[in-house]
Amino acid sequence: MNHKELLEKMLLIRAFDEKVNELYAEGKVHGTAHFYVGQEAVAVGVISALREGDVITSTHRGHGHAIAFGLDIDRMAAELLGKASGYCHGKGGSMHIADVKAGMLGANGIVGGSMGIACGAGWAFRRRGEEKVAVCFFGDGAVQEGIFNEALNLAAIWDLPVVFVCENNQYAMSKSVKTAFDTDTLSGRASGYGMPGVTVDGMSLLEVHEVASEAAELARRGGGPTLIEAITYRYLGHSKSDANLYRTREEIQQWRKRDPIAHFASELEKRGELQKDEWRELEHAARERIEEAFEKASEQPEPEPESALEDVYA
Amino acid sequence: MPRDITYREAVREAMTQAMREDDSVFLMGEDVGVYGGAFGVSRGMIEEFGEERVVDTPLSEAGFVGLCIGTSLMGMRPIAEIQFSDFITHCMDQLVNQAAKLRYMFGGEAEVPLVLRTPGGAGTGAAAQHSQSLEDWFIHVPGLKVVMPSTPYDAKGLLLASLDDPNPVIFYEHKLLYNKKGDVPEEQYRIPVGEARISREGEDVTVVAAGLVHHHALEAADALSGEGVEAEVVDLRTLSPMDHETVRGSVEKTGKLVVVEEDVKTAGWGAEVISRIVESESFYALDRAPARVAGADTPIPYNKNLEAFIRPSPEKVIEAVRKLLDVKVGVYS
Repeated sequence: MNHKELLEKMLLIRAFDEKVNELYAEGKVHGTAHFYVGQEAVAVGVISALREGDVITSTHRGHGHAIAFGLDIDRMAAELLGKASGYCHGKGGSMHIADVKAGMLGANGIVGGSMGIACGAGWAFRRRGEEKVAVCFFGDGAVQEGIFNEALNLAAIWDLPVVFVCENNQYAMSKSVKTAFDTDTLSGRASGYGMPGVTVDGMSLLEVHEVASEAAELARRGGGPTLIEAITYRYLGHSKSDANLYRTREEIQQWRKRDPIAHFASELEKRGELQKDEWRELEHAARERIEEAFEKASEQPEPEPESALEDVYA
Repeated sequence: MPRDITYREAVREAMTQAMREDDSVFLMGEDVGVYGGAFGVSRGMIEEFGEERVVDTPLSEAGFVGLCIGTSLMGMRPIAEIQFSDFITHCMDQLVNQAAKLRYMFGGEAEVPLVLRTPGGAGTGAAAQHSQSLEDWFIHVPGLKVVMPSTPYDAKGLLLASLDDPNPVIFYEHKLLYNKKGDVPEEQYRIPVGEARISREGEDVTVVAAGLVHHHALEAADALSGEGVEAEVVDLRTLSPMDHETVRGSVEKTGKLVVVEEDVKTAGWGAEVISRIVESESFYALDRAPARVAGADTPIPYNKNLEAFIRPSPEKVIEAVRKLLDVKVGVYS
């Protein structure tokens, strides 16, 4: 595992979403988007624990998962701008970026919507005798949906190689986990399904990586699913319409002090794996890369209007 | 020599043949294993294919339909059975927002070859939550196909074709058809999804139907023949995509259209059949206003007489055709 590369991934994710946020503000991107800023250690920590051939399902807040999984920034940027060269040829946008052939089974605009799909990928692996793993990302909001119960139970009774990663970013839009749950942890629910559950500091890439590696290995060996709860925080609003009326500036500032990127960079500095302030250079490079991607994307052609009628059926 | 088997056996034969041929095909649903399915459709299959391919699930329609969608993205060919079509409400998100949309949202870069089989319809005294005909919901969702065979022969041929189809197909069976017998060749054959069939030729009136009530239409046509009225009966067989061409051809010949459907009348698929005629050139071939024989706009009641009162029947079809022929309307009157 190359720590510097992981740091670069986190920086790319942050730069990507900050750029998208800026483009929305300028009215250069339409629709909506959900930003992953603050949660980078979860996607990168988990996905760095995977191997070739493993798959993931993502959420409406999916840019981070896609970048961590290795999707092409240029095609992601093109999709955000609705271009024909985007991952979905302009038909999906922010919430539906996917590369099914590569194993990125899709961002999903429905909360909890991909939990069954992840089980299906696990089912296919198990059935074919492949030692592969499906990672299912979802938020604290999805834990409240009915399919959470169904999917975790199915994965447990059939020992499916699925790692359920709950990104507890403290809010389902404006609903705080403090008032939405009457339990201390969400990972505690795992015992109700007969699977291991673990809560981890989602602001620490190394800690996330460690628990995800364990869960992935367990799944690979036929030991069934694990529920990981990564405690994290989204710095930006739920989506572009969010005025942050349900939380305080102070609260956001408190979480920013535990920033996963700064935290990891200083850890690497301490270990001598990174020169002092080298991460600022990496951050600059990431921003350049993202600028370049959106610039290139903006020059790409629009899809033909008639293409709206295609791809309804195979 | 004809080989008469039941509709239930025809469905089972299609699944069995597909599963023998392709290891990626499997059946998943509630009580489909040792129990053989609530209507006995999969009886005996677990003995042949084992519990890894005939999979009993807990009561988790959203979970296992979602799982089937996931396997289809991974190149498998799942058959999900929803025990009663009413229970589809439990997995609406999976069908409407996932199965139907993934391909389009992903810009055509994915396929979801899911077949979801489910028994629909009334006539069993099972009341409002076990008797509905909700197929219209899915006709209204681009990305899904909706199939509704009325004979054992079509059930087998359409199920095999549905399993070949790279798109999600909702396959409606009817509880009252399961014991119906018909000639079904043992060898495999496919009936293209989206093709209607003229099941009875006639010159005087076109009667379009699908599923169980297609047999009501045929019965009515035989009775009307005694009155000197020759009805042409069109069995749609697939509701989405709908074969408007075959309906148009028939209507242009007869000039009269009656639609028979078991679902409730308001916004039912019969309205679509009629709209496509009246907005096309075939409108000018009509010499009567089209008519519909449909379920009443009510839930399905328990009492036998009440249930019969609100459902289509051969008698109601006969009555509708007689009425259509009696009344002269429009410029031709």
